[in-house]
Amino acid sequence: MNKGSKLAMGIAAISLLLVGCGKATSSTSSKSSSAALSGKVTAVGSTALQPLAAKAGSNFMTKNGKVNLTVQGGGSGTGLSQVQSGAVSIGNSDIFAEEKDGIKADKLTDHKVAVVGMAPVVNKDTGVKNLKMAQLKQIFMGKITNWKEVGGKNQKIVIINRAQGSGTRATFENAVLKGATAVKSQEQDSNGAVQKIVATTPGAISYLAFSYFTNKLQAVSIDNVTPTDNNVETNKWKVWSYEHMYTKGTPDKATAAFLSYMNSKTVQNGLVKDMGYISIHDMKVTKNAKGVVTQN
Amino acid sequence: MEQTHSQLRKPDAQPNEWAVRLHHATRATREDWLGKAISYLCIGVIILVVASMLWFITSKGIATFTQNHVSLGKFLTGTNWAPDQGQIGALPMIVGSFAVTFAAALVATPFAVGTAIFMTEISPNRGRKLLQPVIELLVGIPSVVYGFIGLAVVVPFMRHLVGGSGFGIISATFVLFVMVLPTITSMTVDSLRSVPRYYKEASLALGATRWQTVSRVILRSATPGILTAVIFGMARAFGEALAVQMVIGNAAIMPKNLISPASTLTSQLTSGIGDTIDGTLPNNALWSLALILLLMSLVFNALVRIIAKRGQLKHER
Amino acid sequence: MNAKRKDFLATIMINLIVAVVVGILVFLLAYILISGLPHVSWSFLTGTTDAFSGAGGIGVQLFNSFYLLVLTMVISIPISLGAGIYLAEYAKDNWRTSLIRSAIEVLSSLPSVVVGLFGFLLFVVQFKIGFSVISGAIALTFFNLPLLTRNIEESLSAVSRSQREAGLSLGLSKWKTEIGIILPVALPGIVTGVVLSAGRVFGEAAALIYTAGQSAPVTNFADWNPMDAASPLNPLRPAETLAVHIWKVNTEGLASNAAQLSAAASAVLIIAVLIFNLGARVLGMYLYRRVTASNK
Repeated sequence: MNKGSKLAMGIAAISLLLVGCGKATSSTSSKSSSAALSGKVTAVGSTALQPLAAKAGSNFMTKNGKVNLTVQGGGSGTGLSQVQSGAVSIGNSDIFAEEKDGIKADKLTDHKVAVVGMAPVVNKDTGVKNLKMAQLKQIFMGKITNWKEVGGKNQKIVIINRAQGSGTRATFENAVLKGATAVKSQEQDSNGAVQKIVATTPGAISYLAFSYFTNKLQAVSIDNVTPTDNNVETNKWKVWSYEHMYTKGTPDKATAAFLSYMNSKTVQNGLVKDMGYISIHDMKVTKNAKGVVTQN
Repeated sequence: MEQTHSQLRKPDAQPNEWAVRLHHATRATREDWLGKAISYLCIGVIILVVASMLWFITSKGIATFTQNHVSLGKFLTGTNWAPDQGQIGALPMIVGSFAVTFAAALVATPFAVGTAIFMTEISPNRGRKLLQPVIELLVGIPSVVYGFIGLAVVVPFMRHLVGGSGFGIISATFVLFVMVLPTITSMTVDSLRSVPRYYKEASLALGATRWQTVSRVILRSATPGILTAVIFGMARAFGEALAVQMVIGNAAIMPKNLISPASTLTSQLTSGIGDTIDGTLPNNALWSLALILLLMSLVFNALVRIIAKRGQLKHER
Repeated sequence: MNAKRKDFLATIMINLIVAVVVGILVFLLAYILISGLPHVSWSFLTGTTDAFSGAGGIGVQLFNSFYLLVLTMVISIPISLGAGIYLAEYAKDNWRTSLIRSAIEVLSSLPSVVVGLFGFLLFVVQFKIGFSVISGAIALTFFNLPLLTRNIEESLSAVSRSQREAGLSLGLSKWKTEIGIILPVALPGIVTGVVLSAGRVFGEAAALIYTAGQSAPVTNFADWNPMDAASPLNPLRPAETLAVHIWKVNTEGLASNAAQLSAAASAVLIIAVLIFNLGARVLGMYLYRRVTASNK
């Protein structure tokens, strides 16, 4: 709409290309010397990744004052659609682009920026702290409907699922349901809502990223494996996924600098861990888009 | 236009002046043209907006049927909503939306009409000074805040009262009841106030009690207005998204009772749109839900117009 | 004395109904204010939000809300003024006018989420403007136009015919009469309508989530050049408003005091709406007095 500022941005982008002296960014250096870096970077997508990206982005901007970096939510689907159409520089996603219909994954470049572990959470009154994988599967398939069947109180199980198509749900279903269909139940589209509802609803079960655990919830172990970062790193805890930042084609200088900043030790050992994610550097295994895990 | 005419007919105009005036529009005429042009332009903008909105949402919404070849019958009557697996049955959401809308209107109407009668007939003074500002304030409370209170107060309350998880049609109804109450009340007040004074005076003069006057004369002649108010309230309830989404539980299953989680068109729409890819079936299916919302608001409008017309006829007779 | 008895009973019933309604209203307002106000402080009103947890102040959101409101009004008042004049003065009573009226009513009864998604589709996806203030303002304009147009038309039509005839008989053009005579008389009604609709725009969230976006990048309040990317006035930056912030804190908030935060933000929002309403009353009354006095 505002032609002036679009023009200004265009000029900024062109001059960036012309000058082209933006420091070749090294992935490990945490020094902030890329003074020539400028331009506009927009990252859109996953609401789960949004907080980390936003915080890292604002740190990045204090170091590179000329770069304007905005991070938006909107959901993984929006992120992938938008980066594919070229509307944004980075598409944030909770899932592999390969897993979404309508996305040409070979046209996009995947940058894994963090690992997020997820675990079943239950209302504290259920009295359940550990479940077998098979039991968990049957609960979400609707075959087990009372907590006493799995060693808890005599209380009806209230399943709170995540919105269809959401990355969190895809990860959970891949790891737990393995192709079976979940029973139709309540669906919430955000971590915060799930957190609140499970904490206050008797008999509720859902699943959350580790960072959303609170002392009002009971995180459940599966087959006596506790949901901890260490167990995720070795794949003993199976329910985890990557947080991806997708780019299309060759990213411009500012975007590339931001992506390597995300991969730097500063972010991976600092912000990523502070915010309850697991550093990509600490992983001892790799998972591909088909869910096959290999030792590093 | 009238303006130029009256000037032209001025008796003292000389022949050459006539010619000049015929060839050049007067300043007033030009002003009028300009004014007309501006106001036509503005109305044109609005029409353009409405038309493009109808066009965009319709073209997006029918893609489910034209591109993905889902049959319309299946879409409207199917009960399995799993767009990721190609299952597009929107009936649970349609039923959910209608259920909360009608339930909310049903509960709200007596309260709204009662309050309106109080404000116009029983205590007009207090009504105007106290109730009116508060009701106008309530119209302005953002729906997010209603949703937030619904989650914090209504859901736990319903859980204690009727059991279950507390999420469901009944909680949504309660939240929507409070949301549409001010809309229906203030419009009902307007229609009660517009009942001619002599109707009331005639009735009272005949010895009717206040209640007889209210129930048999005033309410009856204000019926079209009250119905319009209720429909406006229903339109608001039908289209409400965030507040409902927070309390209804969002489960795409056929509502079996009032206390089990259900979902509405709007709640599925807001929770799902971000996770879908433009141009794929799950995305198109959500736009089809938006299309239903659009069509329903057309229906609500048509209803209002029909009622208005009926009301007019009655008065003319 | 059956009729009298009935009358008495009906009066009691109505009083009861009113008591319930008043009870609900008072409870609502009291609940919001009591749970929110204790957490409202100067630093809350002016501070910035922590990108990660959603904790912290609402300064940027508050500014965004007002900025968006002003932009919306700047766009929508002239258009609805012209449209209102058209309907009040030029429109003939025929099928075309009735079609136009229906179009406006359809626009007014569209669910705001549909308006928001339309804005998302058109501005964010189609025109690639991105989540931005301007996208949000235009979406809000769609939502605001019918309300304002109807209000302006009603206020104009309410002006007595004799004023119109007086203007015309003075030799003024219809347009001059409208702008110079009718509009000032109708102004109190119009102003009231504008301020009331401002309250509604201020509290709108559903239409903004996918248009103005859900992030409030920290802006540089020393930079008032709308062309600069970091300037608060830049219409192309994403701008989370207060209402959207409440929604987000509730659904995604990681802050341990999310409940207090959203309660406090709600209280601020309610107070703002309250001020708008009172302002409408006072301003309308003041203008009314001035106009009627000058007409004596």
